[in-house]
Amino acid sequence: MINRRQFCKRAIIAVGGLMLPLAALEIFDPRTLQAEKETGNKTRWGFLVDTRKCVGCGFCVKACKIENEVPYDANVTRTWVERYVVTRDGKTYIDSPKGARDGFTSPKIDQNHHGMHEIPPQEVTKAFFVPKLCNQCENPPCVQVCPVGATYQTEDGVVLIDRTWCIGCGYCIMGCPYSVRFFHPVHHVAEKCNFCYHRISQGMKTACVDACPFGARSVGNLKDPDDPVTRIIMTERVSVLKEEYGTKPQVFYLGLSKEVK
Amino acid sequence: MGHGEVWTLKEFFVYPNEYIYWSIQIVMYPFMTGLVAGAFVLSSLYHVFGLKQLKDIARFSLVFSLALLPVAMMPLMLHLQQPLRGINVMMTPHFTSAIAAFGIVFTTYGLIVASEIWFVYRRFIVESVLELRAKGEKTSAEWLKLTIYSVLSMGAMDLSPEALNKDERAVTILAGVGIPVACFLHGYAGFIFGSVKANALWMTPLMPVIFICSAVVSGIALCLLTYILTMEIRKLIAAYNRKTYPKEQHPSPEELGSVELHVVKTTAKYLVMFLVLAITLELLDLIFRGYTAVRSWDILRRVIYEKDFVKIFVLQYGMGNLIPFLLFLVPGLTVRRAAVGCALCLVGIFMMRWNVVIGGQAFSGSFAGFMEYKLPLWPDDLETFKEGLMGALMVAATPFVLFYTITRILPVFGVKDSH
Repeated sequence: MINRRQFCKRAIIAVGGLMLPLAALEIFDPRTLQAEKETGNKTRWGFLVDTRKCVGCGFCVKACKIENEVPYDANVTRTWVERYVVTRDGKTYIDSPKGARDGFTSPKIDQNHHGMHEIPPQEVTKAFFVPKLCNQCENPPCVQVCPVGATYQTEDGVVLIDRTWCIGCGYCIMGCPYSVRFFHPVHHVAEKCNFCYHRISQGMKTACVDACPFGARSVGNLKDPDDPVTRIIMTERVSVLKEEYGTKPQVFYLGLSKEVK
Repeated sequence: MGHGEVWTLKEFFVYPNEYIYWSIQIVMYPFMTGLVAGAFVLSSLYHVFGLKQLKDIARFSLVFSLALLPVAMMPLMLHLQQPLRGINVMMTPHFTSAIAAFGIVFTTYGLIVASEIWFVYRRFIVESVLELRAKGEKTSAEWLKLTIYSVLSMGAMDLSPEALNKDERAVTILAGVGIPVACFLHGYAGFIFGSVKANALWMTPLMPVIFICSAVVSGIALCLLTYILTMEIRKLIAAYNRKTYPKEQHPSPEELGSVELHVVKTTAKYLVMFLVLAITLELLDLIFRGYTAVRSWDILRRVIYEKDFVKIFVLQYGMGNLIPFLLFLVPGLTVRRAAVGCALCLVGIFMMRWNVVIGGQAFSGSFAGFMEYKLPLWPDDLETFKEGLMGALMVAATPFVLFYTITRILPVFGVKDSH
């Protein structure tokens, strides 16, 4: 015979259990999250940048802006190219005027508020260009900090933004160590490179890869050992940017110099 | 033009997408939240820890905390690029984000403050209802008051000693529960910054603790300063009324009462205690960074000791911490000196928030360039209004307007509460 106390206890447990949605349990199960990352998905998009081939023409930046409808004259961009000039006294000068949209046509280095800095050619010991874009991190801090889940990661590893749900708080912009994110001047939501997801998911290359005349950029499937990009990453000495943040970037660089930040 | 471009000045190499995205409103956010938390902690010192000397200021700071509460959310809403979607945070909270819990913590805290105030004022509310009901001819203002008080009483008209005792117990419990919630509310405002690993200045586990300590300092300072000013203004208004309308009845200076020096002195003691804690932790953080000198220290050092030297060492530590510290500690504290000390403390805590929020964005993620925030003084458009001086002033003025409105219904002076 069940007494009143037992009845109350069991009723509370039963009602409590019924009220708890199963989805709530899943959120906190790290094993589920781990398993979701290791699903049988056969694609993991990765990017390879060969800094030795980049000449700073800016075609990639231009193509990206047009393809992804980032206002052409706005001083924000999904991808950009940096110029590094190292002088004999060991100083490094860096610039990327308008993200190098128009290429580097002047030898003068843009120092923003401090104007243009001219370096005599005989003083230069090393100079090179480094393209930058979203690293599509395996452990993306932007996804972690988004308060509404508007920034999310697809199964094939690309981080996307839901423009209809982003509240425009800027926390993801602050959380990105690579500063690739910005506010879209027209849509007023967070914006960044998404590896031209609309193209790569249809079997095409990204706009910047297509536009690069020197083959400095390439995109590939890291889970396919026969993919030319994967083969280079597996067999050559590649580096990633800002490894210390633990974000596990999926953009790999060939010939990266120590000055690159 | 990209967001932030209009007020950001760049030096040397800064990544193309970098601007000061978190502007004055994000400075106002921890500042205002700190005031809420601090005001509540001050009121709890009496309700929970039984510091009887603080009875006068306890009710005052509790109501002030309620007036400050909506203003903690205001800067966030003003800062959002899509303010109409702010509710999405409540609809799809993404629990890996530090901001996601804001709505939940904020609502919980709001309910605690509102309930505590209800219990503190229940006797007054019921007495007002009874008094107004008993009155024969009522003006429309009195009808309105009767309606408001009747709704506020929620039908709990029992004024027996047992019922009042229960009120008192409820206040103690709510104030007790409120302290950790208030600290949590503000501590996690610190966590929002402290957990951003991409930012070398913010990335420290000390951030939530530093924020809590300085929150209590700012809350106490604001309550004390407002308490002093309100008392003085009341006397001035009464004196003016006596002079202008001599035929009418006005409260005498004795009835109005004046600032109680023992209240000021006791409150100041607690202020100094939290001030010492806040400064110690901040300096510890600074020394630790210099001592360990990790990769980011080079650029941080330039920001701290060169670019922001005046803001950090002159305005924040000097004017905002050291001078009030001395003002409070030199024997023979007077009301005037306490008022000046509190005002300077508020400047100091505001500067601390500024130096964290804006200072944290003063250097590029490339560690090779700097950014400066040029505060828009006069608005050209909605954006420069929201994220400029005018928007900040609007946020700063709102709690006083709300406080005035609330005290029309729930007066903070000359009321017998359940205690």
